[in-house]
Amino acid sequence: MDDLMTVVDWSRWQFALTAMYHWLFVPLTLGLSVIVGIMETIYYRTRSPKWLRTTKFWMTLFGINFAMGVATGIILEFEFGTNWSNYSWFVGDIFGAPLAIEGLLAFFMEATFIAVMFFGWKKVSPGFHLASTWLTALGASISALWILIANAWMQYPVGMEFDPGQMRNVMDNFWDVVLSPVAINKFFHAVFDGWVLGAVFVCGVSSWYLMKQRRREFALDSIRIAGWVGLVGIIFTIWTGDGSAVQVARVQPMKLAAMEGLYDGKVGQDLVGFGILDPSKQRADDSDPFLFEISIPKGLSLLANHDADSFVPGINDLINGIRLTPEGDTVRTDSYAQRIIIGKRAHEALREFDNAMAKGDTAAMAAARENLKKDYRYFGYGYLDSPEEAIPPVGVTFYSFRIMVMAGGYLLLFFIIAVVSMARGGKLWERRWWQWVAMLSIVVVWICSEAGWVTAEVGRQPWIIEGLMPAKAAISAISSSTVQLTFWMFAAVFTALLVAEITIMAHQIRNGSDHDEY
Amino acid sequence: MRSRQTDTDAPLLQRMASWPARVVGFYVDGFRSMTVGRKLWIIILIKLFIIFFIFKLFFFPDILSRDYDSDEQRAEAVRSSMLNR
Repeated sequence: MDDLMTVVDWSRWQFALTAMYHWLFVPLTLGLSVIVGIMETIYYRTRSPKWLRTTKFWMTLFGINFAMGVATGIILEFEFGTNWSNYSWFVGDIFGAPLAIEGLLAFFMEATFIAVMFFGWKKVSPGFHLASTWLTALGASISALWILIANAWMQYPVGMEFDPGQMRNVMDNFWDVVLSPVAINKFFHAVFDGWVLGAVFVCGVSSWYLMKQRRREFALDSIRIAGWVGLVGIIFTIWTGDGSAVQVARVQPMKLAAMEGLYDGKVGQDLVGFGILDPSKQRADDSDPFLFEISIPKGLSLLANHDADSFVPGINDLINGIRLTPEGDTVRTDSYAQRIIIGKRAHEALREFDNAMAKGDTAAMAAARENLKKDYRYFGYGYLDSPEEAIPPVGVTFYSFRIMVMAGGYLLLFFIIAVVSMARGGKLWERRWWQWVAMLSIVVVWICSEAGWVTAEVGRQPWIIEGLMPAKAAISAISSSTVQLTFWMFAAVFTALLVAEITIMAHQIRNGSDHDEY
Repeated sequence: MRSRQTDTDAPLLQRMASWPARVVGFYVDGFRSMTVGRKLWIIILIKLFIIFFIFKLFFFPDILSRDYDSDEQRAEAVRSSMLNR
């Protein structure tokens, strides 16, 4: 068991490492593609050479980022087949279908039109080129859509039925999977986050030019576009983030409780604006979970249910079986101890099915299948030894959520100031301190974006598929030393790629001038 | 009538036949005229080599495909593994 947990932990770290590195590149692709599309549209309408140069400059940085990021996501799929083979088989076509569509449709669309974007300036008409630029941006977003549909299904598994014969979840409603509210919300949240990140990047790089007193008009024009993209992006990111909170309260209430460090919920629950958790806090004791906190009265009830006087369950309430229905009503349902019993009963039914299949006893197979179907909703709980095992790491989830929210609030303020100051002539952007603020915001936006993923993914532990499969059931029978070796190999390769990207981009930015042909 | 059909169809057929060549030419010209892109393509090719010919071949086999011949065997292996965790 110890070795199993080591393999699970190393595989988790490896997946986290590759996913987080991959996510360094993806949102910049999503955001820059839209900004470049807007810039080229202005060029198409005005035919002004300065907008052509501006478009080409940012398109080059987009190309560098795309080149560095492309195929880094494929490693995650390798890990499914090697480290997470039980999971990979168990999810079957549900996970495979969106990823296949992503690979075949969206990526090829993106790859085809990106060639026209870079090679087609003098070969195709301006209209066709502009269409290609926008189709590249659309392709990048559609790629993200299918990946996020797959991710959302893990957080909220719908549209399938488990077949013990195939040992797979078989998709029985494609549209339930694709149009899952969690998937739609997650998609827009991630894409608008990309807009914000791209916009901060453009503002930061432009500020560097202003600080160096170079390419002033180009920099201010770029900031003018990026400011609006960023403002629209951050407003929609916050809006969809609010939608996420409501959904998490319904479908992953334990994640919400961990995000808040909330052990015992109440009507009119406060929201912790800032807090320091007490690391010695145990679930069952009555001590205050916080060493220090500043709370917003009734804030969490408002956030989770859009009703300041509603009840929000904490970790203890959930373990005792109190939760919210999808309609927002508080109900008593199965406690986690009962879920574990039901989950183990489901395992027993699967074992009976396996034995019956070995004997060719179809009547016993049908009976076992029926029993399994009845208890399958808690199948994953059968792997837990105690309810405490269903609690995600509270500290990481709590702090990453706060980092994301605080950084998001800062970015909203940043873009309001950016847009207003530009509307008033852009004098603020001539000030050195503000130029530093804009440049350092590049770091803030990336931290914000990564912190969001940490909240979403750590907060759903121990589940790899919510309620159906914990990570320890998903792992392959491999040795931890192999995983450790590949972990460090990935760390080396991805770091080299990141250094290469930063170096090439910095070189391109440093040498950029208004006379360049990119 | 017949000759007019031939006149209009011939360029179309020629265009269709030359379509792959034009696509290839588009990419070749594009690569030739690249500045920053050449360095990027070298990095992309090295990266793809590492990912597909080192990581995939030597370190990331699809375990179920490698160890079992049929889907029935794979299902049985997963069932057995998941029931013994």
